[in-house]
Amino acid sequence: MTGSTPLLDVRGLAKSYGPVVALRSADLQVVPGEVHALLGANGAGKSTLVKLLTGVVSADAGTVSLAGHPVRVASPAASARLGLAPVFQDPALVPDLTVAQNMRLTGTDPEAVRRELNELDLDVDFSEQARDVPLPLLRMIDLARALARRPELLLLDEITAALPSDLAERVFTVMAGLRENGRSVLFITHRLKEVTATCDRATILRDGGAVATIDPRERGEEAIVGYMLGPEAAHAAAEAAQKDASAVHAPPPADSAAALEVDSVTVGRVQDVSFVLRPGEILGIAALEGQGQGELFDVLSGQRTPESGEIRIAGRPLRTRHPYDAIRAGVVLVPADRLQALLPQRSVRENVAAPRYNRVGRWGAINMRDEGRRVRQAVDALQIDVRAGRQVRRLSGGNQQKVTIARWLASGFRTMLCFDPTRGIDVGTKRQIYGLLRQLADDGGAILFFSSELTEFPLVCDRVLTLFGGRITAELPGQAADEASLLRAMHGLVEAGDGEAA
Amino acid sequence: MKVQRLAEDNPAAVLTVVFILLFVATDIVNRAQGDGAFLTLKQISTTFLYAAVLGLMSAGQTLVMLTGGVDLSVATTATAGAFTVSRFGTHGSGTAIVLALAVGLAIGLVNGIGIGVFRVNALIMTLGISTITLGYLTVAAQKQFTALVPNFVVTLGSERFLTYIPYDLLVWAPVAAVIILGLRYAGLGRAIYAVGDNPVASRLGGIRVWQVLLVVYALCGALSAVAGILLVGFNNAADLGIGSPFLLPSVAAVVIGGTSIFGGLGGYAGTILGALILTVLDSLLTILNASQAVRQMIYGTIVLALAAIYARATAGAE
Amino acid sequence: MGAFALLFVLVLYWRTQTAARWGPFDVQSLAIDALPLCFAACGQAIVILSGGIDLSVGSMMSLVNVVSARALLHLSFRDALLVSLLIVAGAALVGAFTGLLIVVTRVADIIVTLAMLFVLGGAALAVLEVPGGGAPIRYQNLVTLDTLATKWAPSAIGVLLGAYVVLWVPVRRTRVGLSLYAIGSSRSAAYLAGVNVPRSRIVAYAYSGAFAALGGLALTAASGLGDPNSGTIYTLNSVAAVVLGGVSLLGGVGGLIGPIAAAFVLTLVKTLMILKGVDQNWAQVIQGALIVLVVMIGGLAVRQKGKGS
Repeated sequence: MTGSTPLLDVRGLAKSYGPVVALRSADLQVVPGEVHALLGANGAGKSTLVKLLTGVVSADAGTVSLAGHPVRVASPAASARLGLAPVFQDPALVPDLTVAQNMRLTGTDPEAVRRELNELDLDVDFSEQARDVPLPLLRMIDLARALARRPELLLLDEITAALPSDLAERVFTVMAGLRENGRSVLFITHRLKEVTATCDRATILRDGGAVATIDPRERGEEAIVGYMLGPEAAHAAAEAAQKDASAVHAPPPADSAAALEVDSVTVGRVQDVSFVLRPGEILGIAALEGQGQGELFDVLSGQRTPESGEIRIAGRPLRTRHPYDAIRAGVVLVPADRLQALLPQRSVRENVAAPRYNRVGRWGAINMRDEGRRVRQAVDALQIDVRAGRQVRRLSGGNQQKVTIARWLASGFRTMLCFDPTRGIDVGTKRQIYGLLRQLADDGGAILFFSSELTEFPLVCDRVLTLFGGRITAELPGQAADEASLLRAMHGLVEAGDGEAA
Repeated sequence: MKVQRLAEDNPAAVLTVVFILLFVATDIVNRAQGDGAFLTLKQISTTFLYAAVLGLMSAGQTLVMLTGGVDLSVATTATAGAFTVSRFGTHGSGTAIVLALAVGLAIGLVNGIGIGVFRVNALIMTLGISTITLGYLTVAAQKQFTALVPNFVVTLGSERFLTYIPYDLLVWAPVAAVIILGLRYAGLGRAIYAVGDNPVASRLGGIRVWQVLLVVYALCGALSAVAGILLVGFNNAADLGIGSPFLLPSVAAVVIGGTSIFGGLGGYAGTILGALILTVLDSLLTILNASQAVRQMIYGTIVLALAAIYARATAGAE
Repeated sequence: MGAFALLFVLVLYWRTQTAARWGPFDVQSLAIDALPLCFAACGQAIVILSGGIDLSVGSMMSLVNVVSARALLHLSFRDALLVSLLIVAGAALVGAFTGLLIVVTRVADIIVTLAMLFVLGGAALAVLEVPGGGAPIRYQNLVTLDTLATKWAPSAIGVLLGAYVVLWVPVRRTRVGLSLYAIGSSRSAAYLAGVNVPRSRIVAYAYSGAFAALGGLALTAASGLGDPNSGTIYTLNSVAAVVLGGVSLLGGVGGLIGPIAAAFVLTLVKTLMILKGVDQNWAQVIQGALIVLVVMIGGLAVRQKGKGS
């Protein structure tokens, strides 16, 4: 890294959507041969900057230069031609075409892609339809396709979110390899641990502008968080974190009546799983990709029926034909994908109140005052920022996730199933959600919590169960659920004597 | 740009302006042809009289399109309602009307079952039902019976009171009020918007989507039958093509009124204005003595232009 | 594939139903009868698999019908063929224009093609208010009388297959063709992958225009007449044939052969009912019910497959 012309030079880039300023004025420089992280809270302008660089939208002002030449990126196809290879969060593979056809669609040589996949130690059947390929593998194919173009700048947008750690490791190896060849990577992620481990520099965005470019290894995670939140907010967050660490969340006594009992349930990959969840308790489920956690949550939320075994809610067996049956029994779901929970064109109020009208008996006149009160209480409890407009799709990702939780606050629940609730959310909002979950448990709710980020478990859970091959391999108390122990159990490596779930 | 901003914030206002402008244009043309003024109370009253039929069919269509569907059988259902009144008119207006409503409701229920329970595509289902209905009506019309349109229905469909107020407004206005208020202040209204905006999220939130669809298509059938009753009252006779001129305008009125065809956004107030606009447009074209060919071409172009303005306005707001 | 099985069964049934000896003449009549719908179904299939829908197919057929009936009336066979080619090209341009409108105005395709239904229908009325015109006899024979090689192979089928091979086969596995499937399967994934989405949509509607024109020419050749209302029923019947032919209304899946077979099935069902002396209106009822039933069963089958995975 000498004083060479930057590979990517962004100055004063700005973009507004009507009255909403998404990016005020952003500066970013990436030099050849570096791995550069782009960080920022949701709403800080990160996703907009990515869309501008990849040609998905066009800028209102500012310049983008590649290797010293100013360029105008008009579309994703154009950005590819300019030596910029993006890998988006949603794999750009068409579901109804085979992998081979997808390659031909974009004029990519399938052999080159196969070679890249082999370098990643992966083997893919190119005649398979893209919709039948599991998501993490699709992401890797997308990555291989980008690499096959021999790009100058590889742009990775949240690629590690929901990637199992073994595949994530390979991505890091690729990034290091590119760096050695004098090419660069722009790495967008919410996982600060990855940033400090793999990146040379990091640029942090806040409120639509770049506020700092630092060396993450030198400065560390807390400094990054500080820049992301801004000075006052950082101070408050630090205080809150201190309070979290010292607060003792009292788990319920072991003999209290169970809110949720899973008894020898088998469904899909889940094999003969049993555990108990008590009111006031936050129980974590930790697992690698595809170990059965999806099916487990599906069956508890009423989307599937168990092939064998029984689920009991407060002692009574639960029989579900439709999510309504689970909700009626007080079991509610906060899914990872906000698109599965929100009504994008409707207002915050309508979204928060929506589950109240899920049965014919409630189709009559609405008590507007009662509804207004409930909605307001939920919005306040979650500190949802509703300024962005009358449609929920205009809210930032973090606020949207809060709305999905607020729905259940407003209509009441006994057991909350949280499936990766903080996926793709900024650090500040994550902490708010942890605090809220603990609060809900203290108020008597029972919470089942799955996350793809291992660092969250000791912060949130009283106990953690690990799932491997559809079976529970270990139960760890919350404080003992450090990454190493979790990972071992998640890979099925348990020493004799590690307990099984009650 | 300012005009566009105004349009975004006040779509109803824009539509009202268009309506008034069209009325004025018709007035000018009418005078120019030496036929006197059009902007008279009588003509305004006539416009509302004509618009009620379209307004009622578009009401059902609005509900259906809010859930992301479409009902191409509204015209044949209206015809079925008209036919039923004429067929059973000899049994008295009460019986005739009740039977016609029952027929409309039944057709709507069949649509709802096919679309909600069997997940048949709405376009295909309603199209198939309309074919079946028309075929059945053709056969039934060939049988011997005494056709009579009861006086009550004729009055309802074609006459006015207090000189200027059409009786059919006594049907349209309450229906409109119920629909507009219901969509905003009833749980069913919220459920309709939810299903149209995101059926997956609705299901995960506990809504039985098939129930909502069943109700919506049944209501649409019933409302189409009401339109048919007014139609047969207006014409004083039922023929098999009585409903067909209203099919495509019913979709157009909803779109012009600002309801998204993808569902989850819109309402009936805009549709009412859409129906009024299309009715005045029709009068304008009649006065211009436009040939069928020219009328069709102009109609299509205007529908497209208005829909495009709306698309710009809602897209710009994103 | 179901459409083919159905067709096979129906043809067998058909043979047992005709009073006189079943022969090439019957095959010929079926081909003539089905040809316009086959073309309409091809165009509609391409639009639907690219994620759109075209409600103006029938109006385009009417328009081409009347235009060709007036234009071809006094021409020689060779000139008639040349003018026909021009008409198809012109219709493709009109279709492309429809696609352009959809892209530029950002209005839903169902509305734009609905509006075009009116506009093109009006244009047809402007060209010919009442049925009239005609076409050279040899031109008509191309569809109605001629056979290829054996008297069992009506040239109508030859024309159909010829159009299929020339217009679609060379394209469907190329980038252009795959782009059509891509935008139907997932428009966002296609866009992010670098597909030129607006251009692909325009191409799809150009195809629809071209095939609709072929359908209109088939109507002219078969009837020897131009009628401004001749195409009306083909819009919705083409959608039915496409769905029956295994093309998903959601887009991204299917081909043209299925809809062609389905078009034959639909035509044959009508023929069979007339043969059995069924009242034409009952025939319509039965056809409507049949379409709905088949789609319902098809939908259930897809859901069962989905549940098993």
